Amino acid sequence: MGNVLVVVEQLNGKTGEITFEMLGKGRELASALGGELHALVIGGQADELGIADKVWVMGDGALAHYTSANHKAALVAAISAISPRVTLIGNTSIGMDLAAGASAATGIPLIAYCNALRVEGGQVVGTSQIYGGKVLAEVAPEDGACIVSVLAGAFPASAGRSDKTPVLETLAPPALDNRVRFVRLIEPEAADVDITKAAVVVSVGRGIQSADNIELADGLADALGGVVGASRPVTDAGWLPKSRQVGKSGLRVKPKLYLALGISGAPEHLEGMKDSGLIIAINQDASAPIFDVAHYGVVGDLFEIVPALTEKIKG
Amino acid sequence: MNIIVIVKHVPDLVEELEIAEDGKDLNRDFLKFVVNEFDDQALEQALLLKEKGGGTITAVALDAPEIDQTLFTCLAKGADKAVKIVGDLEGRVTSHAAAHMLADALKAMSHDLILTGVQSAEDLDGQVGPLLATYLGEPHVSVVTGVEARGQMVVVRQEYAGGVTGEFEVDLPAVLGIQAAPQPPRYAPISRVRATMKEKKLVEIQAAAADGAGLNVRQMVRPQVASHAEMIEGNTDTVVERIVGIMAERGLMNG
Amino acid sequence: MPVKGVKQAPIVVEKDSVTVRGIELKGQWNRMFEPRVIDDYDLTHLDRVAALSGGESIEFCYQCGKCVPVCPVDVVGNYGPRKIVRKLQLGVDLTEDADLWLCTTCMNCLRVCPKEVDMIKIMPAVREQAILDGKFVPPELQKTFENIARYGNPQGESPRKRADWAKEAGVPVPIMASVKRPVDVLLYVGSYPSYHPRGKDAARAMARVLTALGVDFAILGHEEKEDGDSVRLAGEKGLYETLADSTIKTLAKYRFNRIVVFGPHEYNAFKNVYPKFAAENGLAWDYAILHYTQFLAERLDQLTPLLKKPIEITTTFHDPCYLGRHNGEYDAPRRLLAAIPGVTLVEMGRSRENGYCCGGGGGGMWLDSFAGGHQKMRLSERRVQEAVEYGASLLSVCCPYEVSRFEDGVKSTGNDGKLIVRDIIEMIDEAMRAE
Ligand SMILES: Cc1cc2nc3c(=O)[nH]c(=O)nc-3n(C[C@H](O)[C@H](O)[C@H](O)COP(=O)(O)OP(=O)(O)OC[C@H]3O[C@@H](n4cnc5c(N)ncnc54)[C@H](O)[C@@H]3O)c2cc1C
Ligand code: SF4
Ligand code: SF4
Repeated sequence: MGNVLVVVEQLNGKTGEITFEMLGKGRELASALGGELHALVIGGQADELGIADKVWVMGDGALAHYTSANHKAALVAAISAISPRVTLIGNTSIGMDLAAGASAATGIPLIAYCNALRVEGGQVVGTSQIYGGKVLAEVAPEDGACIVSVLAGAFPASAGRSDKTPVLETLAPPALDNRVRFVRLIEPEAADVDITKAAVVVSVGRGIQSADNIELADGLADALGGVVGASRPVTDAGWLPKSRQVGKSGLRVKPKLYLALGISGAPEHLEGMKDSGLIIAINQDASAPIFDVAHYGVVGDLFEIVPALTEKIKG
Repeated sequence: MNIIVIVKHVPDLVEELEIAEDGKDLNRDFLKFVVNEFDDQALEQALLLKEKGGGTITAVALDAPEIDQTLFTCLAKGADKAVKIVGDLEGRVTSHAAAHMLADALKAMSHDLILTGVQSAEDLDGQVGPLLATYLGEPHVSVVTGVEARGQMVVVRQEYAGGVTGEFEVDLPAVLGIQAAPQPPRYAPISRVRATMKEKKLVEIQAAAADGAGLNVRQMVRPQVASHAEMIEGNTDTVVERIVGIMAERGLMNG
Repeated sequence: MPVKGVKQAPIVVEKDSVTVRGIELKGQWNRMFEPRVIDDYDLTHLDRVAALSGGESIEFCYQCGKCVPVCPVDVVGNYGPRKIVRKLQLGVDLTEDADLWLCTTCMNCLRVCPKEVDMIKIMPAVREQAILDGKFVPPELQKTFENIARYGNPQGESPRKRADWAKEAGVPVPIMASVKRPVDVLLYVGSYPSYHPRGKDAARAMARVLTALGVDFAILGHEEKEDGDSVRLAGEKGLYETLADSTIKTLAKYRFNRIVVFGPHEYNAFKNVYPKFAAENGLAWDYAILHYTQFLAERLDQLTPLLKKPIEITTTFHDPCYLGRHNGEYDAPRRLLAAIPGVTLVEMGRSRENGYCCGGGGGGMWLDSFAGGHQKMRLSERRVQEAVEYGASLLSVCCPYEVSRFEDGVKSTGNDGKLIVRDIIEMIDEAMRAE
């Protein structure tokens, strides 16, 4: 059988975007393998999963709060009950707990950090992004089944949504593993911004001109769920605290997205951000060195582009 | 508390990586190696736990080029013992094989806590932490940004997207994948590292035989990298449209 | 008062009365003879500094205060040896105090100190102790140590790319390992000219000028490493020793008549510090060392006719601490400037022996944000202002640390468009480009 199982990721009652990205890809793989698309919900809600042919729901109150030990046990039990050809798990904090653990427990090989997947001659072939994105490795399981941990943003989420009603089936949960116990969820406090941990950094340079204009960057960062960073002149001037300074004598950041607004790209600044996943620079000066490290660049006035961009993202 | 910290050498990404002729691995002839940055965080976390509550720290590594220097640095920073697992360890060792060998070695070493870096640049077949925990039958938590000892358990924080963290109690012994210690890894002065090399010895143990990851690497390629940004042109609306498109493609539009 | 660095117990003789030339002087009438406490401080921290090898002279200080007005850090803050000694007397632990990291080892205090209190030895010794004790080390400095230890350069760049600058020099730049014969000049490039974009401009200019002069030179390429002098002064002595050892051994492989260095810090290392290290470790070190301005100044007869293109500009010259005060060379750079047609040199108030420090020495290069946070403005910014005050439109320098520091200072003091910064070698290269 060539069924594809997508492990639904839910935190705080919300289904993560990664789930829909995997469901869309899973649909495509399932048809290429001549199988069905299944989704597995552990201790949560089976809403919004209409694109799946079948949704397995496992567990009850005891599994409602995510814990690595319980959910891994549940996943291992589900895999042995369902025997999917491909199991897709998000490469998120939760996925990092589950994917490798399930692979070790079941003996099914794991393709990690996957950003492309296809079926070729009946075999699943995945591309794994390793060495900090400097190498792409194309790998296939030695035989049949595999588990895949999928990078966020690798596949479009739109292909994973449908308003159909899937078949629901319940699965008995395994014995609980209470060695890891949930205590509480902590929401981030606005005060303790750590720019090295943020996935999105909206960074401003001297081009922002004054302390009053920082709110432009705040607006954009809020819309993107990111934080505001800065070049040294901005923190020197006291427009932002020192803890926001990116660079040689500040902090080194490696976010998924680094937006450089009105930053020229001095080597001391580049040292702190050049390894970011995606760098987009907006600068009036077409010859600014920031464009040598940015992936995308716009020559233009940040005071025009940033408000429009924020508007657009807010929708 | 007796803590084991797993350290691993990974190719230094500051250097250009080349693909081997058969296209299935890196060309390892000229590679330089550095300690996995997250393992450094794991060691710092261990040192902080030891400073607060006592105990011992043992650094454990699979043999790799230049690994001795790194193990001595762990000792210089405050680890009590350093163990090198030697054996047939040429080329890229898969995470599954590494976890098997580590599990075999660690079974014989009494411990309360095993700390690993949350991931490494080479984890093609998954992270070592959860693999190791499963082979040892111990609980595991990934992406940990805080650990506090409380008797026969630890209270840990696991970080999710958007800065939300979950707090858990974990029974010992356990394996934790450390994302970040509460403070930056400390510096070991070279003179202290050198003195440590004279004073202390590494313990060597033989690696057990281990299976691979069950994956065939068909080929490795280096993605094309541009030396200049792709410029987005047009009026504000066009530019904004395009930027949003690029961010959406990469799943960056949902916080 | 210490004798040979060892503190002596104060000798106080108290007498009720003495008779001088037949006149009896009653002790109680004279303050000098009254018993009083002369040592009421807890001197633990001062003693600890004095006990360090290199720290002894801290005790010589008799608080005259001559050092404070000449200290460049005091100009932008509150600093100087006298103030540091006073803090130590009052019980401040220097290994835990921000002051520890602010001294740039510029040597201006030692120049004027009647007691030879030597901050150039004291500060590195206390820093080393702080690092060994695991005290707070500013993260930017720590990162730099790690980079230098791993890659041999402070930027953390690939050692294999160390000679990449040469590809765009427009002239061949031979590498020692491949020339396979003795050369006249071994050009020791240094990390900033090798990797910093503005440093590379100067390195390329150097290659062109040497070529135009027909100098038989070569570089070490990827075998070259950071010299380690600033690392030593910043307190990481072990790392300095590793670097010195490796550089001495690398150079021993090759034959050349002299070493020409780009940077005053390498100059100081090779001339004053390596010989001692080599002797202590049974290594050979006997080379003629020249700063590039000295090497070129010796060849002015040959160079001057090549400088055809006038550069009509008023410049001022910033004396690098480690070329000037530390090594007494003030004239070579000035002679080069005088040879460039069109250039008018104005001297700043703080020049030559009293030259102001750019802030980069003694590890200051890698403490930019930390130091910036403890000063009203950066030393480089103060210097840029001075250059502008004296009417210069070009600030000429001959230390690879300085171009980046001063160009940044020009921007941050709002002097964009008023002042440009050039290495002297860039000016010479420019003047050679007759149309
Ligand atoms: C030892 C040392 C350490 C240093 N450490 C750091 C560090 O850690 N971090 C750091 O950032 N810097 C550091 N610096 C400073 C660094 O050299 C640069 O001076 C600094 O990064 C420049 O900041 P900037 O790009 O914001 O300013 P500028 O270089 O002045 O650039 C401003 C840019 O904004 C653009 N602009 C202006 N108006 C607009 C507009 N309306 N729309 C769009 N674009 C506009 C301009 O074209 C220009 O490119 C260090 C310097 C030294 C010497
Ligand atoms: S000049 Fe010398 S003796 Fe006088 S206060 Fe300064 S350090 Fe002390
Ligand atoms: S060496 Fe220079 S910076 Fe240091 S105390 Fe003396 S004058 Fe001040």
